[in-house]
Amino acid sequence: MTETIQGTASQIRDRPAYSQIRRSWAKLTRNTAALFGGTLILIYVFTALLAPLLFPGNPSAPNLIKSLERPSLEHLLGTDELGRSIMGRIIYGSRVSLLIAVGVISVGLLIGVPLGLVSGYYRGKVDFGIQRVTDTMLAFPGFLLALALVAVLGVGLKNTVISIGISMVPIYIRLVRGCALSVREEVYVEAAKAVGTRDTVILLRHILPNVMVPITIQTSLGMGMAILFAAGLGFLGVGVQPPTPEWGTMLGSGRVYLFNSPHVATFPGIAIFLAVLGFNLLGDGLRDALDPRFKL
Amino acid sequence: MSGEIKPLLAIRGLHTQFHTFEGIVKAVDGVDMEVFPGETLGLVGESGCGKSVTALSILQLLRCPPAEIQGRILFEGINLLDLGRERIRKIRGNSISMIFQEPMTSLNPVLTIGEQIAEAIFLHQRTSKHEAWERAIEMLHTVQIPEPRARARDYPHKLSGGMRQRAMIAMALSCHPQLLLADEPSTALDVTIQAQIMDLMQRLKEEFETSIVLITHNLGLIAEMAKRVVVMYAGKVAEEAPVEDLFKEPLHPYTQGLLGSIPWIGRKLKTGRRQLQEIPGIVPSPLEMPQGCRFHPRCPRVMGVCREQEPAVVRLADHRLVSCWLKAE
Repeated sequence: MTETIQGTASQIRDRPAYSQIRRSWAKLTRNTAALFGGTLILIYVFTALLAPLLFPGNPSAPNLIKSLERPSLEHLLGTDELGRSIMGRIIYGSRVSLLIAVGVISVGLLIGVPLGLVSGYYRGKVDFGIQRVTDTMLAFPGFLLALALVAVLGVGLKNTVISIGISMVPIYIRLVRGCALSVREEVYVEAAKAVGTRDTVILLRHILPNVMVPITIQTSLGMGMAILFAAGLGFLGVGVQPPTPEWGTMLGSGRVYLFNSPHVATFPGIAIFLAVLGFNLLGDGLRDALDPRFKL
Repeated sequence: MSGEIKPLLAIRGLHTQFHTFEGIVKAVDGVDMEVFPGETLGLVGESGCGKSVTALSILQLLRCPPAEIQGRILFEGINLLDLGRERIRKIRGNSISMIFQEPMTSLNPVLTIGEQIAEAIFLHQRTSKHEAWERAIEMLHTVQIPEPRARARDYPHKLSGGMRQRAMIAMALSCHPQLLLADEPSTALDVTIQAQIMDLMQRLKEEFETSIVLITHNLGLIAEMAKRVVVMYAGKVAEEAPVEDLFKEPLHPYTQGLLGSIPWIGRKLKTGRRQLQEIPGIVPSPLEMPQGCRFHPRCPRVMGVCREQEPAVVRLADHRLVSCWLKAE
């Protein structure tokens, strides 16, 4: 009897630790919607990486003889007004969209996270200053802010990334500030101060890791939003300029032929829809998996 | 205790107040005390009497504003309140350290135990990261955590409350500070663990020759650990005495009340009452301090003068201080 109990006890002790990361991973993979979203994103990532293999040739080279052809075996998704394969342009467009998503999030993170941390940790005048600017930016709908910034900066890939990135900054500032405000009141932050830890070390080693979960979730959701915003700017003709294949721009130019050749606008639209859906489903799944309050 | 020996820490006329929307809260209102090298000073009082604020004022861990600290806090003759942010930061952990009441929340959940202790060492001593890590493991061994090398890589959630408090003590003592401020270090632990933690602190105090300010409302702990006791009431020192004298003959009616409210197993109550004695009333709101002696509305031996004038601190023989009109004549 005693042996059995001891045996069980040592089994429990020697069992590999069921860490937080593994538990979260298990929760994520059990979530069908999140898996679907993750798969969609993986497909897009591989499409972007393997674009030259999937579509040999130049997606931007016009072939006017074949303009506005319906989907066929030669061109699976048909051709656009300049006779370019829509399939090819969507494949190459995934590169542009993912590049924009990553760029936008980088801008948002690099500016928003430090400002949010400083604002939430130091409070006082610094916080007041940063928050009033954030209020002003949040007063505009995000897309309108990006549009206004494009009007100032001009069109093109780089300016699209900067404009949408800046419109994301206030979201990160608010998110990180809110978390920093609660974490800075934790006893362990006071304890760290009591042993003489520098403010920068407290911010980077004690507070930042504790706000990583909401940042991760926001990043996934934000990528979907970035793709949608970029497509919106492209649709209005102020985003990435042709002949660069970009989904929103393709949608915009296909609008003219909507009645006679609906496929020109439909397929880029589906591409945008699935990408945004993928990021949103993954973001929701991450939130459920990483937030300890949602125990499955 | 010792007029000749220089105090390690001398607090002179400490006033700590908070500016709030309701008014000014005087949490600590003119406190004087000394801590001598190698001694354990007990700081006792009810919740909200200013014990913790006194400790936090010493390390200046209060946010100013709303807090405002006045007076002098002399540590080895240097007024800590005159030092700049950077110099006070170097004193924290290195010369004066602090442990907190809540072992469950005073370790960062995202860093391993070892990392957190090594951080404190790396911060103050010019060591390599590797050396700091080894010293952290050594400290975990010193605080009697079994398998310190393995535990150093564990995250706090894997440790029990008692183990975490040991880790906190390891962190606080890692740079061998001269003074340790222990703010209710065992309140959140169960009684057997409490005894272990107190034993450990006593042992480490002797090993490292650290002075301890033990903040608690547990008079049993004070009797066991402290050499001298300061009793605080509503932001002021009510009484200060060597521990034996205080328990044998409490002078301030508040101290008498405190001691009267402890259950003694195996001893019949003198009064014949079956219930424990209590101090009537509640601690006055710091926003509306009573005029005169702050204890007078609850004092069983209140006199006319108590309602009008605050009693001065009277220095009696045998290193005793008391702030009460009964002893003023």
